Amino acid sequence: MILAVASGKGGTGKTTVSVNLAQVFGARVQLLDCDVEEPNSHLFLKGTLRESEIAAIRVPEVDESLCNACGLCSKFCQYHAIALLGATPLVFQELCHGCGGCEKICPRGAISEKERRIGVVETVEADNVTLIQGRLDVGVAMAPPLIRAVKSRLLGGVSAILDAPPGTSCPVIATIRGSDLVVLVTEPTPFGLHDLKLAVDMVKELGITFGVVVNRVGIGDDRVHRFCGERKIPVLLEIPDDRRIAEAYSRGELVIDALPEYRSRFSTLLWNIKELRGKKSGANHVRS
Amino acid sequence: MKIAFSTSGENLDAPLDGRFGRASKFILYDLEKEYFEVIDNQQNLNAAQGAGIQAAEAVVRAGANGIVTGHCGPNAYRALCAAGVAIYNCEAPTVAAALTAFRAGVLLPMESADVEGHWV
Ligand code: SF4
Ligand code: SF4
Repeated sequence: MILAVASGKGGTGKTTVSVNLAQVFGARVQLLDCDVEEPNSHLFLKGTLRESEIAAIRVPEVDESLCNACGLCSKFCQYHAIALLGATPLVFQELCHGCGGCEKICPRGAISEKERRIGVVETVEADNVTLIQGRLDVGVAMAPPLIRAVKSRLLGGVSAILDAPPGTSCPVIATIRGSDLVVLVTEPTPFGLHDLKLAVDMVKELGITFGVVVNRVGIGDDRVHRFCGERKIPVLLEIPDDRRIAEAYSRGELVIDALPEYRSRFSTLLWNIKELRGKKSGANHVRS
Repeated sequence: MKIAFSTSGENLDAPLDGRFGRASKFILYDLEKEYFEVIDNQQNLNAAQGAGIQAAEAVVRAGANGIVTGHCGPNAYRALCAAGVAIYNCEAPTVAAALTAFRAGVLLPMESADVEGHWV
């Protein structure tokens, strides 16, 4: 099972849910920190760094002696990373997503590719959890290719939890695409509800089964609950607004270690997730 | 010689838009023939990235030899330089005032980008 944990905005407790869930998982599990601009899962898992690999994308290089300024490359590139403005195309490396399209389309074979480093992918072993995290280099705005590099390390046959970046933009979609189930973490506030609605639309668009975790229950109002009720969205877990959770977080401790009474809640979450997944695959089975 | 002015309007009284890549239109003024045409830059307004490059492509395609605008980011600057288009910095309130300043020769070509990427 590949499970993605996402939220419409930052600071809702996405990492708390991911790391604690990984720890109660029981069996061996892979935790992928796809929040590559600010990976923080490693703060909660004390393990040993097993591997650190450089992640690069392939950006084009134009051989001026072969180019006849036909402009096909520039027309092709949807990111405007290669533009024909003078006698030969200019490459804007920091906009290039490394899709390789311009090289293929060039009729003169004038484009070759060179590597551009965008970050690192690190593998940390911590008991039953294998943490794989991407770390984008400072000043690089190219999260999706690095997220794909992180996801390419996934071992088949072993379950995985994907900690998505906050929001609903391309990096989030790059993370949750292909997962079996998405957990959306939110807070019971008007802002939380607003961002939850955006996240729900995104997940529906991708056609992935999902449920909600409501964090900091006790603040705000009941509109998130009402929204989930109306839309028949399963609430998989409620975490009360307990300042000891925030304190444990700030010390880099797992909630289930610092506050053992919460361990059963995360086990229940895991159980609810598995049940939701079972229900869906069962339903699909009947339909097909 | 044709000069492009970044703007939000369609005539010479329109305000000069301070941002090159995110300007909704360009007024392309032909100094020899004394007439102008309007170039639409609308589709670039929502581009997440590369708006400055697209705007540069649009004005170069239209045959501009120079650009008068408020600010220009690094990508647009590189693109315009490669195309041999000079960029003039101008704080004038309207396109007409900027045109007068350009004719008077008081505008100096920029020698580097003056804002960070996303600002363009
Ligand atoms: S590799 Fe893809 S993204 Fe990069 S310049 Fe070529 S077409 Fe554009
Ligand atoms: S497609 Fe090839 S030949 Fe055409 S402009 Fe691009 S690099 Fe030059």
